[in-house]
Formats: sequence, structure tokens, C-alpha cells
Amino acid sequence: MAPRAGLPRWLKPAIFLLSLLPLARLFLLGFAGELGANPVEFVTRSTGTWALVMLCLTLAITPLRRLSGWNALVRLRRMLGLFAFFYASLHFTVFLWLEHWFDLAAMLLDVLERPFVTVGFLAFLLMVPLAATSTQAMVRRLGSRWLTLHRLVYLIGPLAVLHFWWHKAGKNDFGEPAFYGAVIALLLAARLVGRRRGR
Amino acid sequence: APLAPPASSTAPRLSAAASPLSTAEPPTPYKDVTGYNNFYEFGTDKDDPARYAKSLKTRPWTVVVEGEVAKPRMFGIDELMKLAPLEERIYRMRCVEGWSMVIPWIGYPLSALINQVQPTGNAKYIEFHTLADPKQMPGLSSSVLAWPYVEGLRMDEAMHPLALLALGLYGEVLPNQNGAPVRMVVPWKYGFKSGKSIVKIRFVEKQPVTSWYRAAPHEYGFYSNVNPEVAHPRWSQASERRIGEDGFLQRKRPTLMFNGYADQVASLYAGMDLRKNF
Repeated sequence: MAPRAGLPRWLKPAIFLLSLLPLARLFLLGFAGELGANPVEFVTRSTGTWALVMLCLTLAITPLRRLSGWNALVRLRRMLGLFAFFYASLHFTVFLWLEHWFDLAAMLLDVLERPFVTVGFLAFLLMVPLAATSTQAMVRRLGSRWLTLHRLVYLIGPLAVLHFWWHKAGKNDFGEPAFYGAVIALLLAARLVGRRRGR
Repeated sequence: APLAPPASSTAPRLSAAASPLSTAEPPTPYKDVTGYNNFYEFGTDKDDPARYAKSLKTRPWTVVVEGEVAKPRMFGIDELMKLAPLEERIYRMRCVEGWSMVIPWIGYPLSALINQVQPTGNAKYIEFHTLADPKQMPGLSSSVLAWPYVEGLRMDEAMHPLALLALGLYGEVLPNQNGAPVRMVVPWKYGFKSGKSIVKIRFVEKQPVTSWYRAAPHEYGFYSNVNPEVAHPRWSQASERRIGEDGFLQRKRPTLMFNGYADQVASLYAGMDLRKNF
């Protein structure tokens, strides 16, 4: 495939604004009193789901780039990854604030005692070093170690799906987590195939 | 949010005497009581029951009462309406998921019905069966639970004056999504213990295998009394959020032992290890 040009100038700002829409929606619904009977639950679930969506989009960049040959797509990856971290941070903040009222001991007990919380917390924790080393300066400073470190995302994706899966286990309602699980599995498998082809 | 049913409501009104067993806490708005429900026969999302329960046909309706009783019989819904004087009982309702409501139910003690059928000495437990009709209940196509939904109580629990056979709420007959036309309300237990849209009541000798126990025995015990000290395997039960009342940026309120009904019901469980019999 012929290599394409760089990204159109509007694309990155447009995706930036689109990525803020889920948050804007929560604010609008909140001010309109439309977050439903259980607003905290609504916001917790919404931010969690959007963290996972952003994670999927981040993981989709490499396969898309290989399929299309449009290498400039990689310049969207950091922003999408940081949005995944952003929504995961909101998700965690709601948990720490509205569930535990900043009681760190109670929060950590919750993390230790309940496997579904443990894996969610772990997924979030693993995102922190990736977000912290996302700057150009850190990429340069870490060199090849940067790539190794950022392979953690292959672990974060499955952990996030497991968190969602166990959360839904109570209702035997696996439709949504199965969907995200399949998407992540597909995106990770695409890498293996790509690698075997020597790309 | 308006507390009462909307003026446009055409549901038949029920007159009921106020009960001294009612809480003085403010009732949860009607909109939330009838719009935020767990009734998996109509779907697992909280707004599914309000959306899909319209298809439920609540008349004619019969409740079969059988098993270890001297006088097994079938009750029509109109008979049930007149079986005992209707009372308004404003109860707290604590869901196992960590939220709560205050609901003005209308009904009478289940004991009034039990006395009619005369349980034998073998009747140690009572089993409630919910309607399971795939034509009326789209949620039955999912395998979340084994249908029909089965719940149960120990005989002394069922005879307790707080155990209510409910036929209405907020001055009207029960909305479909709340378990019309007849359901149980056991206010000291997690909400799922109170079976909805009941079609069969069985008196049995052995402890019933309830639907949630079958689905996840380590998570949902037979007793399922509200207990802030015994956590659910996936979340704490120490606190709760009152629907429609607790603001977004508000700390959760502490959950009370037996949902605040300890004075009335704690004696039922004297000497029992409530951690083991959760």
C-alpha cells in the first residue's frame, strides 16, 4: 500500500473534542437532574465504560495503521491513551470519593477483599506509569525501555475486561463485558498475526 | 420530584388505614419507586421493568396455596383484596446492591392468609413462586436465573406481623413493575427476598432452594437479613444510598441491623450465627 500523507490538521483537535463528549454529557445530565434515580451509580458506570472504550481505541491504532498503511495514525495514540487514563481516573475518583468518602483504609480494604475491585484497581495502577511517561521527553529518555514499559497495556486491557466481567457476574449478564473482551482479544491477536508476518 | 402518583394515573385507588408500624421517614418519590426496579422477568436494567411490564396481565389472577396445609385452596385476586383490612405500611426497603428506598405499601400481614389455610405440623417453611410466562415477560429469555423465581421464609418469619402481603403502593393498586397484583414485602431482609407477582404459595418441610441461592450460593444465603456487619463477597453492606434523597455529593448513610427493625425481629434469630446463616 502506498504510504499516505500526515494527519489532516483538523483530525486531532476533532478527536480531542469528541473524546470530551462523554464528560460533557455527564455534566449536562447532572445539571438537568437527568442522571436517574441513582446518579452515583450512573456516573461510576459511565466513566468506567468510557475508560474501556478509549482503551480499545488506543489499542486499535496499531492494527489500523498496519491495515491501512497510514502510519501517521500513530500520532493519535498518545492522546487516546491519555483519555483512557483520564476516564479511568474519574472512575477511580468516584469510587474513592463517593463510595468511600476519601477513607483510604476503607478503600484499600475494599480493594484487598474483593477480587473484582482488586483487578480494577490494578488496571488503574498500571496505567499510572504509562501516563507519567507519555511525554516526548520521557520517550527519549527511556529509549527502548519505553516500549517495554508500554507493553503493560496488553495486561491492562484484559484486567479491565475481567473487572467488568466480575462486576456483571452477579447478574449473569455478560453481554457487554463479552463484547469488550472480544474487541480486546481481536486487537491483541491482530498484533500477533502482524508480528508473524514480520511487520 | 412529586411524591404522589401523577394526576394522570388511572390505576384503581385503594383505601387503607395508617399503621403504627410505619416509619416516619419521608417516602421515596413515586417516580423512583416505580422507575428504578429490579424485576428480572422484564430485564436486568433498572428501567426495564417500567418499560416492559406493561405487557403483564394482572386480571384475572389466581394464587394457588398448597403443600403442608389442612385447607389447600386457590385465591382469586379480588378475594385476596378483601381477605383482611388493608393497611398502609411505610417501610424502609434495602436492596442487596447497596441502595434503599422508603415505600408506602398497602396490604395486610401474610399471617392473615396463612391462618386461612391452616398449616400442618410439617409446615416449616413457606415458598413463594413468581409468575413465569415468556409471552408476558421478555426477561425470561435470559438465563440470569432459573425461572420461575422462587423465594422463601421460615414459618416464624412468615407469621411475623411485619411480613406484609402487599397489593398496592402510594394509595393505588401495585404498578406492574413493582410486582402487581400481589407480592411479598419483608422489610428486614434484602429486597430480593420479597417475591413479586406471586402465583403460588407452598408450605414445605425443607428449606426452599431460592432462585438467588441457586444462582450464587456463596453470595445470597437463605436468610439474607439486612446486616451491615456481613459483607457481600463483592461489596460492603455497611452503608447505603437512599434513592431520591441522598444528593450526588453526599456521604452514604450507615445501614442498620435488620434494616432498622431489630427491635421487632432480632428475637427470631436468637442464638444463630448470622455470619454463617447470612
